[in-house]
This record gives sequence, C-alpha cells and structure tokens, in this order.
Amino acid sequence: MNDAAGAPLISIRNLVKSYRRGGQIVPVLTDISLDVRAGDFLGLMGPSGSGKSTLLNLIAGIDKPDAGVLLVDGVDITQLDEAALADWRAGNVGFIFQFYNLMPVLTAFENVELPLLLTRLSRAERRDHVEAALALVGLTDRMEHYPSELSGGQQQRVAIARAIITDPKLLVADEPTGDLDRHSAEEVLTLMDRLNVELGKTIIMVTHDRRAAEKAHAIMYLEKGELSAAADVHERSVR
Amino acid sequence: MHFLKLVLRNALRHKLRTGLTVLGLVVAILSFGLLQTVVDAWYAGAAGAAPTRLVTRNAISLVFPLPLSYRDRIRAVDGVRAVSYGNWFGGIYQEPKNFFPQFAIDAATYFDLFREYRIPDEEFAAFLRDRKGAIVGRKLADTYGFRVGDNVPIRGTIYAGNWEFTVRAIYDGAEPKTDTSQFFFHWDYLNETLKQRSRARADQVGIYFVDIIDADRAAEVSQAIDALFRNSLAETLTETEKAFQIGFVKQTEAIVIAIRLVSYVVILIILAVMANTMAMTARERLSEYATLKALGFSPGYVARLIFGESIAIAVIGAGIGIALTFPVAEWFAAQMGTLFPVFAVSRETIALQVGCAVAVGIAAALVPGRRAARVRIVDGLRAIG
Repeated sequence: MNDAAGAPLISIRNLVKSYRRGGQIVPVLTDISLDVRAGDFLGLMGPSGSGKSTLLNLIAGIDKPDAGVLLVDGVDITQLDEAALADWRAGNVGFIFQFYNLMPVLTAFENVELPLLLTRLSRAERRDHVEAALALVGLTDRMEHYPSELSGGQQQRVAIARAIITDPKLLVADEPTGDLDRHSAEEVLTLMDRLNVELGKTIIMVTHDRRAAEKAHAIMYLEKGELSAAADVHERSVR
Repeated sequence: MHFLKLVLRNALRHKLRTGLTVLGLVVAILSFGLLQTVVDAWYAGAAGAAPTRLVTRNAISLVFPLPLSYRDRIRAVDGVRAVSYGNWFGGIYQEPKNFFPQFAIDAATYFDLFREYRIPDEEFAAFLRDRKGAIVGRKLADTYGFRVGDNVPIRGTIYAGNWEFTVRAIYDGAEPKTDTSQFFFHWDYLNETLKQRSRARADQVGIYFVDIIDADRAAEVSQAIDALFRNSLAETLTETEKAFQIGFVKQTEAIVIAIRLVSYVVILIILAVMANTMAMTARERLSEYATLKALGFSPGYVARLIFGESIAIAVIGAGIGIALTFPVAEWFAAQMGTLFPVFAVSRETIALQVGCAVAVGIAAALVPGRRAARVRIVDGLRAIG
C-alpha cells in the first residue's frame, strides 16, 4: 500500500502511542508508518492487545498520539484541538462499531439522521438523505423501528447507513461482524464491499475474523505495536 | 426539537426509576411548600400589619394595662390621625381546646383603623345597637358554625365569670392574608361589667392602636407618645404594628427556625436522591455519549442532554408537587382550625418551590454532566461492556 502511486488519503509517519496503567507507561504503538490511498479497503489484524483498535482510533481522530504525524486528506489531525477535531470527524469519518452503538430511544430513521443535525440541511433535505441511505442498506421498511425491534444484522446496517449519511471519505470499522451470526456478518461485509466498490469509500476495518479480512484489498498485521504486511494477504487489484 | 425529543425519551427510558424519582420530588416539593406556608402563617400577623398603625402598650409588659385617660393625650400628638383601643379577653368557648382570639374593642373607632375587616353596614349597625353584640370573622364562623343571632357563651379567664354574647355581624377580609378568625365585642360591655365586679380593673386599656398620617414618621410619633408618659406610673412602649406582631413571633422563633431548616433539609435529601439517579443514568449511557461525541457532537451537547433530562424530571416533579400544595394546604388549614388564622400558599412560596426544583435539577446533573462531557471517547466506547 505504501508503494502505490498518487497522494495517499491517509499518511502516517512515526506514530507513537502509549498508555499509563497503574503508574506504568505501557507502549502500544511504536514508530508506525503507513499510507492508505483513497478507495482502499484495508484490514487490520492482530492478536488482542496488539494496538489495532488504538491505531484505528487515532486514524479516526477519537484518540491522540504521543508523537508522529497523521495526515488525512492533507490535514494533520494531531494538531487539531478538540472542537476542530469534532468538526473534522463529523465531515470526514463514518464509524461502524462492533456493538452498533445506536441510540436505543431513537428509531432507525432518527439514528441515521443524527449526524445530519450537525449540518445546515433542512428537515426535508435530511429526510431525503436518510431515506436514500436506508434504501441503500435495504431497510426502507424498518425506518420507524427502534433498535430493540431489529436483529443484530439490521442494527449494524442502520449503523452503516448512519456512517455514510454525511458522505465521508473514510469509514472506520472496529470488529463490525464481531457480534453477528455468519449470515448477518456476510450481509454486512457484502454491504461494506459495495460501499467500497460502488461509492469509492476508503475503509479501514479492524477484525479478528479471517473471512471478514478477506473482503479487504490488503491486510496489515499489528503485533507488539509494530505493523507488517500480511504474508498471506489476499490482495485484490486496487481500483 | 430533536434535542428535546432525546431529552424526554431518555427521561422516560427507565419508567420505574424516573417514576420513583418524580414521586420523591413531588413529596419533597409539597413538604417544602407546606412548611414554608406554616412559617408564613406564623408571620401572618406581621404581614397583614398596616404601615400607618402603631401599637402603644405598657412598657413593662403587655399584661399590665394603661389608663383610659391616655387616649386623649395620644390623640393630641402631632402626626396622629386617630386612636382606638382594646383588651385581650382570653376566654374559653366550651372547651379550652377551642382557642380563638377575643378582643374587647372600642366599637366607635376600632373599625375605622382596621379597614381590612369588611362588615355589612346593616350588621355593623346592629352590632353598635347591642351592648352584648359581637362581630366574628368568617373563618371563625365557619369553624364553629356561628351565625348572626347566635348566642355565644364564653368563660372568662383573665376576666372571671360567664359572659354572654350575641353574634351581630360576620366580617370578611379585604385580602386573603387578612385574619378572619377573631372575635370582637364592645369594650364598654367589659368595662361596665368590671365596674360592677372589680372596680379597680375598670377604665384600663390593654393596647392603644394609633393611626398616623405619614408612615415615614412612625419612629418620630412613637417617640413623641412615649415621651408623654415618661416617668409616669405607666410608661408606654410604642412601636409599629408590624414590630409588635414580630415581637410575638420572636417568642417562638426557635420553632420557626427549626421548621425552616427542616424544609431545606427535605430539599437536600431529594437533591441526593436525584443526584444518584442522574449519576446512575449517566454511567449507564457513557458509551452513548461517547458515540455522540465520536459523531461530532460537542461535549457541551452531551452535558446539555444530562442537564436537560435532570431539569425535565425536576420540573415534572415540581409541577405535580406545586399543584398538590394548594388542596393539601387547604385540607391542612381545615384540620388546624383557628390555630393558623391565615394559611395561604403565597406566590413567594411557589417561586421558592420552582427555584428549589430547578436548583435540584441543575445540581444533580453537575457531576454526571461534567463527567460525560469530559470522558475520553475511547474510554466511553469501552464502557459498552
């Protein structure tokens, strides 16, 4: 991925991150460098505690590194303050979580609409966008349902609709199939593949599931804070 | 709109928990309102005092009388418009527990000074014609079922013997705070009887009521009256009617302070309950708040959600509590009979109830709101379990 031509969407140089636990400093990421081009679908794998979710959080702008440069579409997000980072996330990143993280008191429609409340779109425009997103994930008939009335797979599809509603360049997915049965997981992965192929979304996905990882164009392994290209990577041609 | 929807739906998410918290608030706000109304009732006499009325009494103690001859000398003081007088009678109607204030008053002048007592003209004329006639307040009449024409026997304690009165008029208050639990009768009836039974106690006045022209000259006129009788056998103490009434309340001030304290302790207790509810709520939803922040919502938005929910619960509880305060106060007043002559929920009490409820709502959300606003997104997302 680093050797591909053209400016990368994400450029990481010498990224360092450590946590303080019980008075001790525990290094999580040590000198990580990585480029991800627009339109890539990158799988991040590794054992538990290897730092893959930490790396994903840093790329998504919900955590801050101790050192290093993290450019996303030319913006060094490590230099942004909290408010600017929140604005940047709202416009540039779509989140897909393992446990969907939907608001239980809001309907599917209202959950998908949430990120649009931070935009200047009118109510009618928001409705059009939400209906289109829910149609894309195949849940038009579930718009008025609450999360508790939906299956796990359906909830994750609502979460995906929410992730793409602001048309972000980057989608980050942390174990998106980790809480789903095989059939639902396949549906979600197929949907993500469509977002990548048809809409050109750049996706970075953390997963333990090899079958899920095989949907990615490239797989990177993270172990003991160091990143390496997978030896047996199933790499597809990059569009 | 979306914000309010989220606040209200969150508030109703755990119906039992919210319901119990609201119930606690209702009880607390209702108790607070009732206790404040009891305190107000204690001060009702002072609140109903006119700024242009002074009270002159014996400087040694209220139990010592003043000569009737002081009346004309007081009336001659510069700044005095009118003078009336009366005696506390302190009798028992049927049983000692049937307490109500009885005053022997100078019928010709008293009601010119106390214009807040509204008496029908024909009834007042009947009262003036009957030396044994009495005027009773509406609340007193309702409590004991007195009607015009009824005979009311009262056993004297300060003035021994059995005294017979005939109700000739029933007065109403010009305002809700006017005391309508009193019993008035002719001072002349008392005085003439004393002349027959105990001559030495005749022509003695318990209190002079002085109507002055200008309320701003109250201190000056008071000093002038007291100066008239300095070094006499019965020196006087003149003060405003309000100060006179507060003097009575001061005698039981410890009770009033205790009631006030309890009313605020009730609020503190419900604050602790409410704070616990909000802390539990915020802790359970930490991952949701982290998700909102990840989506781009500001920490301030997350804090406002918690404050909004807390204030919404507090306002619902306060609304029901305040609405219940009126009927419960009415019932309480009925149970108390004439012990509290004026027992009305004031606007100040309602404002205090609202203020306390909002303060509880805000204070209860302070810690959880701050925590949710400051929690790191990655930590909050981890709280998903």
